[in-house]
Amino acid sequence: MFNELLQSSVLIGILYSGIRLAAPYLFAALGETVAQRAGVLDLGVDGIMLMGSFAAFYVVFETGNLWLGVAVAVAVGALMGLLMAVISVTYQAEQGISGIGLYLFGLGLSSLLFRVMIGSVKGVSGFPILRIPVLSDIPVIGEIFFNHNILVYLAYLMVPVIWLLFDKTTLGLKIRAVGHNPEAADSLGVSVNRVRYFAVIFGAAMAGLAGATLSIAQLNVWQENITNGLGFIAVALVYFGGWRPLGVLLGSLLFATVNALQLWVQVKGINIPSDLAVMLPYVLTIFVLIFASGRVRQPAALTKPFERSG
Amino acid sequence: MRRLTPLFVLLLIAALALAACGGAKTAAPAEAPAAEAPAAEAPAAPAEPFKVAFVLPSPVTDLAWGQSMYDGLKAVQAEMGEANLEIAYSDSMFQVADAAAAIRDYASEGYDLIIAHGTQYGNSLFDVAKDFPETSFAWGTAVDTGADKGLKNVFAYEAAAQEGGYINGVLAAMMSQSGVLGVVGPVEAGDAKLYIDGFKAGASATKPDIKVNVSYTGSFGDTALAAEAANTHIAAGADILTGSAQQVVGAIGAAKDKGAKWFGTQSDQSSLAPESVVATQVFDWTATIKDMIALHNAGTYGGKAYTLTLANGGLKIVYNAGVAVPAEAKAAADAAMKGIEDGSIKPLP
Repeated sequence: MFNELLQSSVLIGILYSGIRLAAPYLFAALGETVAQRAGVLDLGVDGIMLMGSFAAFYVVFETGNLWLGVAVAVAVGALMGLLMAVISVTYQAEQGISGIGLYLFGLGLSSLLFRVMIGSVKGVSGFPILRIPVLSDIPVIGEIFFNHNILVYLAYLMVPVIWLLFDKTTLGLKIRAVGHNPEAADSLGVSVNRVRYFAVIFGAAMAGLAGATLSIAQLNVWQENITNGLGFIAVALVYFGGWRPLGVLLGSLLFATVNALQLWVQVKGINIPSDLAVMLPYVLTIFVLIFASGRVRQPAALTKPFERSG
Repeated sequence: MRRLTPLFVLLLIAALALAACGGAKTAAPAEAPAAEAPAAEAPAAPAEPFKVAFVLPSPVTDLAWGQSMYDGLKAVQAEMGEANLEIAYSDSMFQVADAAAAIRDYASEGYDLIIAHGTQYGNSLFDVAKDFPETSFAWGTAVDTGADKGLKNVFAYEAAAQEGGYINGVLAAMMSQSGVLGVVGPVEAGDAKLYIDGFKAGASATKPDIKVNVSYTGSFGDTALAAEAANTHIAAGADILTGSAQQVVGAIGAAKDKGAKWFGTQSDQSSLAPESVVATQVFDWTATIKDMIALHNAGTYGGKAYTLTLANGGLKIVYNAGVAVPAEAKAAADAAMKGIEDGSIKPLP
């Protein structure tokens, strides 16, 4: 019965869906990686995504301008990040609690704005499929990799960008320093709080972008709680990826591809109870986490507010 | 560590207030009528308005299960007049404990009828109903009015979703070019399972060689996964899709983008994709609500179970004028509808 799954059209379908599904996770998890490497655990990702996705949707719904929608989503995400930074960096509130607070804030505010400003579920036309010339004509490869909307390409482009940021720039060095040993960074004249502000706001802007990817590129509708906890999975993927962009990429791809696989398993009528099939991506993620947990090291100052001693 | 600052506390309060707002009583849409009510009430000075409270797991704007009841309540309110029917609701109550608290609050505040719009609320509802014998309670999908527990103030309601599912299946089978239909299901249980089983039966009875692929997302609200499920069905050859629960708005979006046709259930979904939605089985609760109100006013607080069917008009097949339905498909659907109404067709195998 598994022969059904081994047809080339099905395998292409699984990989294509996996790559597409991974995009919002990638934006959100890469952004969260930056915040956490600077020592701030932002559990509000899902709420920020909700605000970003609503902002993007509303702008596109009213103006039809997709890039304006993206810009506003990034700006709204950054504002949410600023709020998180004020609370957790300046006022040093417990990060886990303030993150949950931020999530509830985003969930409630986006639902309220939706009811006041739109009222019922509507659709928009989002980013179209952008076939990359030449590359998309390559058989199989072209179909899987070069046949997506532009935000999907952008999500994957962010992987090397974040890697370069961490490993090749002074800013990246500062981010890692304040997340690992803020006292040392401080004594070298790095403003710990300023770097953390940047990292949290940057991460939140990426979460806003992840929300826009959902609402104006992949689903093209908006509904209350449209993320359905996607932002929390993104936080888990940061741990999964060992706080490294490449690890986050692999984690997102694995999670999304297994999700695509289980959909195909069901659509092809392979006789597995649907409840088991939908569990598959989560079970696999937990397994990998267990095996990976021994070798990864989290930023030493994660969740610890910085206060200059003396 | 510095102490918690007022700012943080303020934010938490705001967050909680807003989160609750997702489900607070008389939120935005209901606010306007509520504000007008006293003004309208003053000159006429009628008897106390009938007060209905509505507790549900999804948003009232979900274009599905939740909205079907909310639209029903709004329709009854329009008929009775805003001064005579007061509606309060708490939506997105996915946590049963939160819903139970809301149900109890409404009962204590003297609401006449409290509708708990989810099978999962049953136990909590029975608990509260014991303590408020003069308040009417209603819940669904259910048939149990708690009579065996000695309760006399509980109504139960359900929809025979398989009937409209069957009709949608007949139409889809007649209209499909590819011979493959795709179903985006939420959780394999309850109302969704009834609908999907009816859809499969209707399609196979019409075209025995038709292929109906069914997938479940394991959730009612995973819009992104529902969209990907729809894309997967289309990639697997389906040209007509259907599905159930609030997450289908993702699937409808995908169908629209790919030019596939869609059949809906629960609430009319044609507004979301006027070029894709062929027809929707609409749950019309107005007669049920009116009957419960009338019974309550006559001193009967519960004990009756309602089922929406095609025959009693509680289920309606609403065609979308924007999508042309071939005459022979329409004729087959009408014949099936007659068969179900007179009992010669069983919508569940």
